Amino acid sequence: MSATITEKIFSGRCAREVCAGDVMMAPVDAAMIHDITGPLAIDKFVEMGGKRVFDPAKVILLFDHQVPADSIPAAQNHVMMRRFAEEQGILNYDVHEGVCHQVAVEKGRVLPGDIVVGSDSHTCTYGAVGAFATGIGSTDMGFALRFGALYFRIPESIRAEVNGTFAPRVGAKDLVLSIIGDLGADGATYRAVEFTGPAMEVMDMPGRMTCCNMAIEMGGKAGIVPPDETTRAYLAAIGARTTRQKENITPDDDAVYAAWKDYEVTDLAPKVAVPHNVDNVVDVTAVAGTEVNQVFIGSCTNGRYEDFMEAAEVLGDQSFSPDIRVIIVPASRSEYLKTLRAGLIERFVEAGAIVEGPSCGPCMGGAFGLLAPGEVSLSTSNRNFRGRQGSTEAEVYLCSPATAAASAISGVITDPREVA
Amino acid sequence: MRVWKFGDDVDTDAIIPGRFLTIYDPAELATHAFEGTRDDFAPEAEEGDIIVGGRNFGCGSSREHAPLAIKGAGITVVIARSFARIFYRNCINTGVLPVICPDAETIREGDTVEVFPDEGYLIANGVRHDIEPVPAFMQKIIAAGGLVEYAHTIEELELCTK
Ligand code: SF4
Repeated sequence: MSATITEKIFSGRCAREVCAGDVMMAPVDAAMIHDITGPLAIDKFVEMGGKRVFDPAKVILLFDHQVPADSIPAAQNHVMMRRFAEEQGILNYDVHEGVCHQVAVEKGRVLPGDIVVGSDSHTCTYGAVGAFATGIGSTDMGFALRFGALYFRIPESIRAEVNGTFAPRVGAKDLVLSIIGDLGADGATYRAVEFTGPAMEVMDMPGRMTCCNMAIEMGGKAGIVPPDETTRAYLAAIGARTTRQKENITPDDDAVYAAWKDYEVTDLAPKVAVPHNVDNVVDVTAVAGTEVNQVFIGSCTNGRYEDFMEAAEVLGDQSFSPDIRVIIVPASRSEYLKTLRAGLIERFVEAGAIVEGPSCGPCMGGAFGLLAPGEVSLSTSNRNFRGRQGSTEAEVYLCSPATAAASAISGVITDPREVA
Repeated sequence: MRVWKFGDDVDTDAIIPGRFLTIYDPAELATHAFEGTRDDFAPEAEEGDIIVGGRNFGCGSSREHAPLAIKGAGITVVIARSFARIFYRNCINTGVLPVICPDAETIREGDTVEVFPDEGYLIANGVRHDIEPVPAFMQKIIAAGGLVEYAHTIEELELCTK
């Protein structure tokens, strides 16, 4: 029977073939908790009578939102999480390791065909390696930790078929912003988004992570790229086992889709999501010249080595505008090291940037880099909601690393194609 | 009992801003509910009030702090034209009833509303509006009193792998 990748992944784990709309108690291959949502999930696990987690080797436990602890309550949460990890025999990625989604993927904890839950909405990022991964709340997570399974309603899928070749300085972030602009912030609610087509096939793993990361910004339950040679090469390079993948999970073109969308990237312009909604997407030219106070390059959306390369290429030997704050935060220790070894960190600092250790950074207005009323931030992260990065009277624009770098040089929103 | 009316795309950062996420106590969270976006809510919301939103209510972050803050304010019913997925599920798990009502937009601030979930309708200012039924598997959780209580009723998990 023809099936979407989501249906194939669930059928692969169930005793029968499943279809969109089916509700089932399915096993999970990994469950991720971090310092914000983890403590509540652990409380729920205990309230549900939990003593031992279903499988310590399948629990991914991290610290990334408030690291190193930015307040005493945060420090207390960290203590509680560390104690839980130790008691349960769960490997603990402590405050130095990086943002949950980047770490989960780069440590090989998520494999093609896996069913993964995380108590963070951007868990959908793991679809980049061909897993079905979805964000859940803390009570659902308590259940998953206890039973190693969760209720799922198998979602219908939207097929996003991407054609063409990106122009220089246009890439995955511009594509996913344009798809969100097209579908709307709730255009994929209760659905999985399958990213396929020639442009996805040649896209590297970081780009695929950027696309899947933002599936939730269109309401999606998951974003998935079918695993291929690029996936296998990536997993081999990080030393991950690929044996867990049993079934062929390439989606069938004649599967039943809730919608089939064709996107063409050849003429795609750099995109910006304008305050205060992620689906307020315009070409960079429409907002060029807007003054900014802070530029943030980082987050689970765009905090990888390749993103910093993109920014560094635009920067060249120029300096960042002295009138603004440029904050650069690698998404993980390993991405930090790659960026450092390539000499980019030195270049950024020389150009006037503040570089912080791997964390969520200013993405959610928690630890540092908050905005005052009336300030404007340009950010490579994934949300521009009112108040997301500080004051509710501040404004957040979202863009690619190239656009962020171009704008950080001039101090106003700038088309990266116009920087020499 | 008053209706607090909100628009489309109310996100969980608006319901409870990121800087309060080290708090887990519903009553304390409630003192910061909608802080910065709807500052009259926390001091004035009362037991039994109802929140009415537009499309995509509860979008964004998966933080369960959002329904907890709402619950802490004494609100156990949220009506919207549509809900973001994680928030919808979090509501059910924490004991807040999410009601999908296609006519949510016609309900006004200050209206009196009564919800009849089992019968599939609500009455707003004397006018009857249809609401969508809660999926069967979620009804089991609600009937148990939330997911924690439901977990205690499980003797052997019926996995789809069997
Ligand atoms: S970087 Fe931002 S979006 Fe990603 S996990 Fe951290 S807070 Fe969430």
